[in-house]
Amino acid sequence: MRISQTTSWWRFGYAIRNERAGAYWGAYQAYSTAMREAGILRGGNGLQGPPAATSVRLKDGERLVQDGPFADAKEQLGGYFVIEVDNLDAALEWAARSPSMTEGGVEVRPVLVM
Amino acid sequence: MEAARVVDQVARTSYGRLVAFLSARTRDVAAAEDALSEAFQAALTTWPESGVPERPEAWLLAVARRRQIDAGRHSAVQQAASAELQRAAVQTEAGQPLPDERLGLMLVCAHPAIDVAVRTPLMLQTVLGLDAATIASAFLVAPASMGQRLVRAKRKIREAGIPFAVPEIKEWPERLRALLEAIYAAYGAGWEETGGRQGLAAEAIWLARVLVELLPDEEEALGLLALLLYCEARRPARRGPEGQYVPLSEQDPRLWRREWILEAERYLQQAARHQRPGRFQFEAAIQSAHSLRAVTGKVDWPAITMLYEALAQWTSTVGAQVGWAAAVAETEGPAAGLAILAGLPAERVAGYQPYWAVRAYLLRHSNSDEAHEAYERAAGLTDDPAVRGYLLQEMMKLHDDQ
Repeated sequence: MRISQTTSWWRFGYAIRNERAGAYWGAYQAYSTAMREAGILRGGNGLQGPPAATSVRLKDGERLVQDGPFADAKEQLGGYFVIEVDNLDAALEWAARSPSMTEGGVEVRPVLVM
Repeated sequence: MEAARVVDQVARTSYGRLVAFLSARTRDVAAAEDALSEAFQAALTTWPESGVPERPEAWLLAVARRRQIDAGRHSAVQQAASAELQRAAVQTEAGQPLPDERLGLMLVCAHPAIDVAVRTPLMLQTVLGLDAATIASAFLVAPASMGQRLVRAKRKIREAGIPFAVPEIKEWPERLRALLEAIYAAYGAGWEETGGRQGLAAEAIWLARVLVELLPDEEEALGLLALLLYCEARRPARRGPEGQYVPLSEQDPRLWRREWILEAERYLQQAARHQRPGRFQFEAAIQSAHSLRAVTGKVDWPAITMLYEALAQWTSTVGAQVGWAAAVAETEGPAAGLAILAGLPAERVAGYQPYWAVRAYLLRHSNSDEAHEAYERAAGLTDDPAVRGYLLQEMMKLHDDQ
């Protein structure tokens, strides 16, 4: 489960960190507690904002390191959870409970089984 | 805006009647929808400008038939539907109204052979013409999966030969209950939409109205419609000026829609005349008691407690037990409510949000340290940001109290 945010949220998050961000992280705390208590949480992390990103790729055989994320898309990866549930319906039900729903959205993807 | 709503409702009524008419004869819901879908879309786009035709069903049939001829479509699946389309067209052109067979169609959608999870979506699609993507969003299901489930359910209806007839008296109570529950589930899926769009809640009320129109003497159908109207009457009071959640006890009754409550009262009284109690009548009676606060200024908790107790005995659902616990706590104190909650099986309440919200409230009023944890669980389990905000705020207040 990828948690994506709109970039505007990040700006917002930095600017008003002390006021609304407190409630936001409180909501995350509640959300991850609920998943842990339900016995489905397998891992995950929140990530720092896009300005903290550094990307690296190969271009014409040359390594190219850049400041910032890959693309200046509207949606940016804000964090992820790994949960284990029976099916997509159950995953979507948990995704809809994410506090990120108000500012961005949640992308749900099955883990690739090797 | 109001005109658009009228167009929408007439189009849906006619669409549902036609799908019911065609599929009752062919048992092929998919082919019936297929034969009508373009005509229905055309109605929704042209009627708002041209006005609603005098005989909407005849209009839809004429367009459906023309499109079918134009496309030269006579696949194997459609042949039976085509023949019925022809027959229906002749009937309406002769000025005869089509028989209303929507009850049969609704009963088929809620048939025991159809998976419980797909009954409501199936009804919303076949009776009201909602598309799979809209239904999928309301039920938090991937659109592709929802599409497949609907297709599978329609195939099942055809292949299993599920009859469109109204069942024998012996089977009737069970079949009706499944149907009422499917309509109630549509309302549940629309409950949290508090923005401008209150799509599914309105659709569910529409279905309940159709059912009452078709079954005016069925007390539980009346009870369900009353229940939905009571709940919907409170919509304007459920959010504060900044969109914050307002619990029922703090709602301003002046914001409740009075005429909806009065309408609900009428249906509930009509139901009560039959003197055959049931789940939806109890639930409606509970909401009626809450609505009385608009008149008396206070809540009659002893009456509500009694009604919840009756409901809890009637249904034994976790929801009824949690409601009962909350009501008992109001008359006998939080410990009595917590005792009822303690009797519920842990695996059934682990993911049930209202249980945690009520538990948190009762623990707080018992000055228990466990209140914090319960508020957090309740906040973590809701998918409504306003409710989450409210619960976290209540959680923070615990520390101010100390």
